[in-house]
Amino acid sequence: MDNYQLTHLKELESEAIYVLREVAAQFERPVLLFSGGKDSIVLVHLSRKAFFPARIPFPLLHIDTGHNFDETIEFRDRLIRSVNARLLVGSVQESIDNGRAVEEEGINASRNVLQTVTLLDAIESNKFDAAIGGARRDEEKARAKERFFSHRDEFGQWDPKNQRPELWYLFNGKKRMGEHFRVFPISNWTEMDVWQYILAENIDLPSIYFTHKRDVFYRDGVWLAAASFMKMKPSEKVEYRKVRCRTVGDISCTGLTLSTADTVEDIIQEIAATRVTERGGRYDDKRSEAAMEDRKKEGYF
Amino acid sequence: MEQTFSSKAYLDMELLRFTTAGSVDDGKSTLIGRLLYDSKSIFEDQLDAVKRASVQKGSEFINLALFTDGLRAEREQGITIDVAYRYFATPQRKFIIADTPGHIQYTRNMVTGASTANAAIVLVDARNGVIEQTHRHTFIASLLGIPHIIVCINKMDLMDFGEEVYTSIKDDFQAFAQQIFPGQDIRFIPISALKGDNVVKPSANMPWYTGGALLHHLETIPISQDHDLKNQRFPVQYVIRPESDEFHDYRGYAGRVAGGFFHPGDKIVVLPSGIESEIASIDTLTGPVAEAHPPMSVTLTLKDDVDLSRGDMIAGTGTALFQNRDITAMICWMNQKPLQIHGKYVLKHTTNDARCVIQDIDYVLNISTLEKITKTKTIRMNDIARIRLRSTKPLCFDPYTTNRITGSLILIDETTNETVAAGMIV
Repeated sequence: MDNYQLTHLKELESEAIYVLREVAAQFERPVLLFSGGKDSIVLVHLSRKAFFPARIPFPLLHIDTGHNFDETIEFRDRLIRSVNARLLVGSVQESIDNGRAVEEEGINASRNVLQTVTLLDAIESNKFDAAIGGARRDEEKARAKERFFSHRDEFGQWDPKNQRPELWYLFNGKKRMGEHFRVFPISNWTEMDVWQYILAENIDLPSIYFTHKRDVFYRDGVWLAAASFMKMKPSEKVEYRKVRCRTVGDISCTGLTLSTADTVEDIIQEIAATRVTERGGRYDDKRSEAAMEDRKKEGYF
Repeated sequence: MEQTFSSKAYLDMELLRFTTAGSVDDGKSTLIGRLLYDSKSIFEDQLDAVKRASVQKGSEFINLALFTDGLRAEREQGITIDVAYRYFATPQRKFIIADTPGHIQYTRNMVTGASTANAAIVLVDARNGVIEQTHRHTFIASLLGIPHIIVCINKMDLMDFGEEVYTSIKDDFQAFAQQIFPGQDIRFIPISALKGDNVVKPSANMPWYTGGALLHHLETIPISQDHDLKNQRFPVQYVIRPESDEFHDYRGYAGRVAGGFFHPGDKIVVLPSGIESEIASIDTLTGPVAEAHPPMSVTLTLKDDVDLSRGDMIAGTGTALFQNRDITAMICWMNQKPLQIHGKYVLKHTTNDARCVIQDIDYVLNISTLEKITKTKTIRMNDIARIRLRSTKPLCFDPYTTNRITGSLILIDETTNETVAAGMIV
């Protein structure tokens, strides 16, 4: 490789930093959507790089379903302190308590879909005009159609069939009052890129990404964590197994993998050998073929 | 995938962005499906989903095209509506494919996909040879300044893998390409996307062709010269002012290098003000660096305290840069609402925002015959035209053929906020 040719990861990093700086320059009240998952942790790292030596010029917003892994919350608070950022929390429980959202019932009940209500309320009440997310185009077929700057109407809706063309790196963030943008700086990264970057940059992650023993049960090809709010069928039984998370959502939708990987290097070997996509373990995507497209149109992450 | 995966090799890969162009039935989606499938970039759950969908639709074999259709409406209608991005990697390179629809009316999507591409694959059906659509696609690729074009002559299996078919299409294509872009890097490969000949592995059915399979070309095309490495260009994106005790008087100019090499000590000029200064440092989170080049995102500090903000350009002294309010550009119109002559639009160029008025239309191009239609005063969706516009403030630019970053612009409708045109400055 020539010495003036960037490696692909350096080029992706440079692209993401460029996008983050465009957000800071084009919008008045941006926010970074922080889930506690690896993608949003990478976004925080990239944001530090983009604005050094200044602080990250936008707050972080966590939509809290109340059904989190304890490790995620503990990690979140530690990260916020270390980068000296401002954290806002939107509570799904509060949305339920004040009647904005209705708890799902039945065996597959999840607060995943309800997050959209809390998220859109938080965007509206804080007058956020750009919400930065860690979604990637390789994750899911509807996300493969996403722009870097993705327009949302005043109801927070996405219109995938009528998107603005995105040319070169000239991002059009123009909008009317009440509308907002979702911005995806790591659109072009794959799962492997994210892990390699975490390894190369030595980025700290919540412990649930690494192997640990936990009470779990098996449903439709996915291991789920046992918790007081997880309803189980009579045929399902709790087992104590060595598992880790491949993606991190809340407990009700995060599939766990049986794994003994306890370093980032181990995880990379595991992913290189795996034959299932990372969202293959996401219970929220199993609802239908267009589950993600439908949720995204409503205003989901 | 049993082999041990090497992170060291992974961190040393280059990135190649390419776009694909072809008519509706040229087998474009099949080719992409084949590249993903044969390079083992498709996972079991994706394969299962496509197998299920193929059976449901009554296909006899796995429909590789189904890997690329993302939206419900696309799957229902069996068409691609919008640009979709696909990813795969080999030990040499990581690839980003901008998969664009082939219908005539989707010129705008092809322009979008082509704008960031290093290479374009143009598909030709071996049974039909070079057709009007081939001319369109090749012309757009050249207009958007894609440095490398790979012509894949597909469906060779239906022509008994005959060499004369390949040679005659290649000759036809070259005769046409000579007119519009002499000197362009064009390669020709006879393939069968359906059967996999010359896609990932060399074909045993065409021993007369020794030029290497498509993937080999994608892995080896030289890409380091695709940026302008001669003229220093740094559009200022954002001013960093920490206002902290530690960095009390710090003023950094954040941006992505758009051309040339920058070093501490380099004499520079700030445009449009024309003030000269010198680069003091090139900063990153992990410490200052000795050199910055495209497409690095860095922060520059200057020796002198100069008035500089977003939209300004830091350039090398003595490198000719155009500064003008009157701009001539080739545009592709992208909106249902036709261009309004004397209409006003928002203009975005590098990190600069301005307003502009459309002064005149030089001509609309018939991109099949390359005929220049000078009388017309309307520009509709998917038209390619040369126009003249006047901006509210001077733009600092290079011709698009010199620098794709400082030579490109978009126009935005002031009432709908939609992006209505892509422009390449002449």
